[in-house]
Amino acid sequence: MAQATRDGRQRPLWMGRRMRRVLGAALTYLILSAGSLLFLFPLYWQVSTSLKTWQDAQRFPPVWVPWPPRFQNYVELMERFPVAQYLRNTVFIVVLVIVGVLLSSSLAAYGFSRLRMPGRDIIFLILLSTLMLPGAVLVIPQFVLFQTLHWVNTYKPLIVPAFFGNPFSIFLLRQFFLTIPLDLEDAARIDGAGYVRTYAQIVLPLARPALLAIAIYTFLGTWNDFFGPLIYLSDREKYTLAVALRYLQGSVRSRPENHLLMAAATLSIIPCIFIFLLAQRQFIQGTVVTGVKG
Amino acid sequence: MASVTTRPRKRNLFHLSLQRREAIACACFIAPAVLGFLAFSLFPLTTSAFLSLTDYRLAGRPHFVGLANYATLLSDNLFWQSVRVTSIYALAVVPLWLVNSLALAILMNQNLKGMHLFRTIYYLPAMLSGVAVSMLWIWLLNGRYGLVNIALRMIGIQGPNWLRDPRWALFSIIMVSQWSVGWYLPIWLGALQGIPTELYEAAEIDGSNWWDKIRHITLPMLSPVIFYNLVMNIIWATQLFTEVFMMTGGGPRFATLSYMLYLYQNAFSYNKMGLATAMSWLLFVAVLLLTIVAFKSSPMWVYYEAERRRP
Repeated sequence: MAQATRDGRQRPLWMGRRMRRVLGAALTYLILSAGSLLFLFPLYWQVSTSLKTWQDAQRFPPVWVPWPPRFQNYVELMERFPVAQYLRNTVFIVVLVIVGVLLSSSLAAYGFSRLRMPGRDIIFLILLSTLMLPGAVLVIPQFVLFQTLHWVNTYKPLIVPAFFGNPFSIFLLRQFFLTIPLDLEDAARIDGAGYVRTYAQIVLPLARPALLAIAIYTFLGTWNDFFGPLIYLSDREKYTLAVALRYLQGSVRSRPENHLLMAAATLSIIPCIFIFLLAQRQFIQGTVVTGVKG
Repeated sequence: MASVTTRPRKRNLFHLSLQRREAIACACFIAPAVLGFLAFSLFPLTTSAFLSLTDYRLAGRPHFVGLANYATLLSDNLFWQSVRVTSIYALAVVPLWLVNSLALAILMNQNLKGMHLFRTIYYLPAMLSGVAVSMLWIWLLNGRYGLVNIALRMIGIQGPNWLRDPRWALFSIIMVSQWSVGWYLPIWLGALQGIPTELYEAAEIDGSNWWDKIRHITLPMLSPVIFYNLVMNIIWATQLFTEVFMMTGGGPRFATLSYMLYLYQNAFSYNKMGLATAMSWLLFVAVLLLTIVAFKSSPMWVYYEAERRRP
């Protein structure tokens, strides 16, 4: 009864609400579009600056669209700096680190999720607690360690730790392994497969989405890593792209060569953008898994 | 007879060895990770506790100096400046990150077309390396030719020389950090989708407006996630390094000297490893205290559902 009268009275109000909904959607689009412009324009400016002459790069009013685009800048950059060498160094490190992290973390995660051992869960908690430890705390102590091992100015400090497990990836993979039904492994076990075969032939293939997500994260983290290469690599020919960029920034600082700097920066972010666009879905799902569902 | 006595023993042995075999296999599987923890985390951490009490300089033997490094730091104006800069940065940047990203996520969480595109756009800058991003912003914030000041000039404002002006440098760094705000979007969106829609429907029947819904449903339901992100990101923010190292070098007049940058300078510019490890330890203790305080205080403002679904 009461509802009927309320309903009747609210009819115009309900239309008002619908109106409001349309307005709300319009406002949402407006805000998000304006924000997108703000977020993307710096990137556009980076690329467009990299295609200008240096005179055009500092003109006022600015040259919004460099025409014709000056791809010559990239050639000049390659000629003056061994960019290909830096790229090779970076790829070398990135590939080994990805392999190391995937291998060692999946092994550990399998042990922690599937094989029983006294004290196992305590060990897992201790490993996990290092996640709370900011990397900065360990930087100097680790440097001292690698210094005494004579690993400084080699790639070892950047690569070797990856082969000894990464708490974040172990955690992620363990959570994922726990969702895989045990029946499959039991069946394999009954058929006579040992632990290693069960791990390699049953669990790993099923965990492909999680492994992919970790590979992507590791790629970005290693590709973009600056502090590690900065403190460990001193020979210029050993530089990764990240440290090389900083060296470039320093070496052309006094001269107006922002167009070349932007070309270098653009080169260094292209793989990240490419991978991101390619693997967007895994990405967003992967983060969701890590961020909330504990 | 003999076979009767051996049979149960054999079975017993077999049973034991199965368990033991599993334990040994487990140990083998987790061995690399455990070794890595011991060698690359625990060992450096403990030895550095000792090194922080010495005048270690990489070359030569460390001499024990007691608490001298800590005393030096506490009476060092630059040390306190770096603490101040890092605190301002963390206290400004983390709430801004969380509020901005949550607002964006709430906007995107509507059932409208094209939201995936927006998600991609806002997430993109968060993927890029600190170095490349810093280089870009050095250029954008250039006092004379930078795009930011060009834009300001078009509306008749003479912008400052952002990174060279002590009053604006830290502000600029904080603003640049906001470019990567999209990092949090997937976390928020996942959490928002976990809120039961019945709650909103009930609120709508009661005549709540959008702000009431955010205030009384979204925020309480998200409070565990907000809490987690707050803690993790304050810790994360104490590590500010690449941006200041690249963009300002800690200047002008130490206005952007972050804790990590000062630690780096002590270790690698002045070769004061003992002092730098002392800084690491102080940071470690600070982060630990911060975490403890956060977790102790969380029941006061974090709403946990009584029963979380557990598998």
